[in-house]
Amino acid sequence: MDYSQFLAMKQEIGLLVVFLLVFLYDTFMPQRSGKALPVFTTVLMLAATVAGFFPCLLGTGSMSAFAGMYETSPIVCAIKGVLNIGVVIVLIQSYVWADSAPMQQRRGEYLELTLLTLFGMYLMISARHFLLFVIGLETASLPLATMVALDKDHYESREAAVKYILTAIFSSAVFMMGLSYVYGLSGSLYFNDIAVNIASQMSPLLIIAMVFVMAGIGFKLSLVPFHLWTADVYQGAPTSVTSYLSVISKGSAAFAFLVILAQAFGTIYADTWEWMLYALIVLTITIGNLFAMRQRNMKRFLAFSSVSQAGYIMLGVIAFNVTGMASLVYYILVYIFSNLAAFGVIQAIENATGKLSMDDYKGLYKTNPRLSFAMMLAMFSLAGIPPFAGFFSKFFIFTGAIAQRSVAIYVLVLIALINTIISLYYYLLVVKAMFISPDECVIPTFKSACSERLGLWITVAGIILLGIVSCVYNWLSGIAVM
Amino acid sequence: MEITLIYWLVPTLVMFCCGVYGFITRKNMIAILISLELMLNAVDINFALFNRYLHPEMMEGMFFTLFAIAIAAAETAVAIAIILNIFRSVKNVDVQGIDQMKF
Repeated sequence: MDYSQFLAMKQEIGLLVVFLLVFLYDTFMPQRSGKALPVFTTVLMLAATVAGFFPCLLGTGSMSAFAGMYETSPIVCAIKGVLNIGVVIVLIQSYVWADSAPMQQRRGEYLELTLLTLFGMYLMISARHFLLFVIGLETASLPLATMVALDKDHYESREAAVKYILTAIFSSAVFMMGLSYVYGLSGSLYFNDIAVNIASQMSPLLIIAMVFVMAGIGFKLSLVPFHLWTADVYQGAPTSVTSYLSVISKGSAAFAFLVILAQAFGTIYADTWEWMLYALIVLTITIGNLFAMRQRNMKRFLAFSSVSQAGYIMLGVIAFNVTGMASLVYYILVYIFSNLAAFGVIQAIENATGKLSMDDYKGLYKTNPRLSFAMMLAMFSLAGIPPFAGFFSKFFIFTGAIAQRSVAIYVLVLIALINTIISLYYYLLVVKAMFISPDECVIPTFKSACSERLGLWITVAGIILLGIVSCVYNWLSGIAVM
Repeated sequence: MEITLIYWLVPTLVMFCCGVYGFITRKNMIAILISLELMLNAVDINFALFNRYLHPEMMEGMFFTLFAIAIAAAETAVAIAIILNIFRSVKNVDVQGIDQMKF
C-alpha cells in the first residue's frame, strides 16, 4: 500500500491531531485546569484553520487517495476552511455556556463531539464514493444527536434529541435504500462510474432511486417537506449546539449535496432531479418564510429562517455551473457570519437573563444598544439588504441560477425574489421589537462576557466586510470547478 | 423453478415498506426503533443481492452491507441511550408523551 496518499488528507489529519490533543488534555490534566479547555481547543482549531488554508492558496491542484474514493481540490479546501472559521466562532461564543455549573463535567465531551462531527463533515465533502460518504454522514449526525441531548437538566433538550435521532436514522435508511437501487442499476458506488453507467438507461427504478436519495439528503438539509424536525430540535437543543447545527451542519450538507448531484447524477440532470429540486426549492423558500412569521420564540424563529435560507442555498445547486458552485460556498460563508451574529446576541441575552421570546426583546435598544445594533445587522444581512454581505451572497446565487437561461429558472428566481420581500417582513419584526415597540419590563442593562463580545465583533466585522472586500468572491470563483 | 432477482427484491421492498409503516403508526419508541432496524436490514439485503446477482465481479455491495450493519448498530446504541434518557423524565416510552414543543 502506498502510504503517501495520506498526504492528500492534510486537513483531516490536522483535525484529528487537534481532536487527540483535546482528548488527552481532557483525560489527563487535573480537574481544576479544565477551565482552560475551551480556550485550548479554540487556539488549536484556529491554528488548524490557518494551516488548512495553505493548500488551497498555494494552488496545489486536486489530489485523490484510496483509488479515487477520497478527493480534494482547492474549492474543497476552501469550503473546509469556511466551516473551520464557523467552528472557531461557535467555540468562542460557547465559552460562557461551557463554563456554567451543569456543563463543567461535560465540557470535554461537548468539544470532542464537535470536532468529531466536523471530521465526519470533512469526509462527506471529500467523498467520491458512496461508502465513504455514508460513513461521513453518520459520523456527522450521530454525535450531533448526543450534543443535542447535552443539556440534561432541561426536558426540552431530551425531547429534541429523541426527535433528532429518530428522524436522522429514518432519513439515512431512506437514503441508503435509494443508494441500493442506484448500485443495482450502475454496478458501482464511485460517483464517476455511476454517472457514466446510468447516463443511457432512464428507467422508473432510477427515478424512484433519485427520489429516495433526494429525500434522504433533504432531511439533513431540512428542505420542505422534510423539515418537520428542524424547529423542535433547534428550540430544544442548547443554544451553542443550535448555532452549530444551523450553520456548520447545514453548510457541509449543502456542499456535499452539490457534489453528489453534479458528479454522480450530473448526466441525468434535465431528466430527473432538476424538476425535483425545483419543486423542493419553491416549497422550502415559501413555507419556511410563512412559518417563520408566526414564531415568537427566537430559536424557533431562526429555525424557520434557516429552512428558507436552505432553499436559497439550493439555488446554487440547481444552477449546475461553476458560478453556482462558487456562489454556494460564498453564500455559506456569509450565512455563517450572519446567523452566528444573531445566535451570539440570543446567547448573550439567554446567559444573562434566560429570556428567549421575541416579546422580551422589546425596548432592548434603550438598555443594550450595542447588542441590538449587532442583531439589527444580522437581520439585515439575512434579509439581503445592501450594503451588507447578505445582499451580495443573494445577488451572486441569483446570477448563477439565471446563467441557465431557461424560462423555468427565471420564474424560480422571481419566486425567490418575491420571497425575499416576504422574509424582510419577519426579519424586521425583530428590529421593530428592539427599536420601536415600547415596553414596561425591559431587559435591564447588562455587561456581556468578554468572549461573547469577541464573537460578536468578529461576526459583525464579517457581515460588513465580506460584501465589500470583493477579492473573497473573486478567489472562490477562480478556484471553483465542477 | 429458478429463483431470480425479482423473488428477492419484492420481499425486501415489502420489508422496507413495513418499516416505514411501523415508523409512522407505532406509539412506543422501542417499536419505532425496531421498525427502523427493519428498514436498515432491507437495505443490507438489497445491497448483498444486487452484488450477488447483477455485479458479482466486484465485492462493493457486500462491503457496503458490512459497513451498513456496523452503522445501524451504532445508531441503535445512541438511540437507546437517548430513549433511556427521556424515560427517566417522563417514566414511559410513549411518543404521545413527548409533545411539549409544537408548530
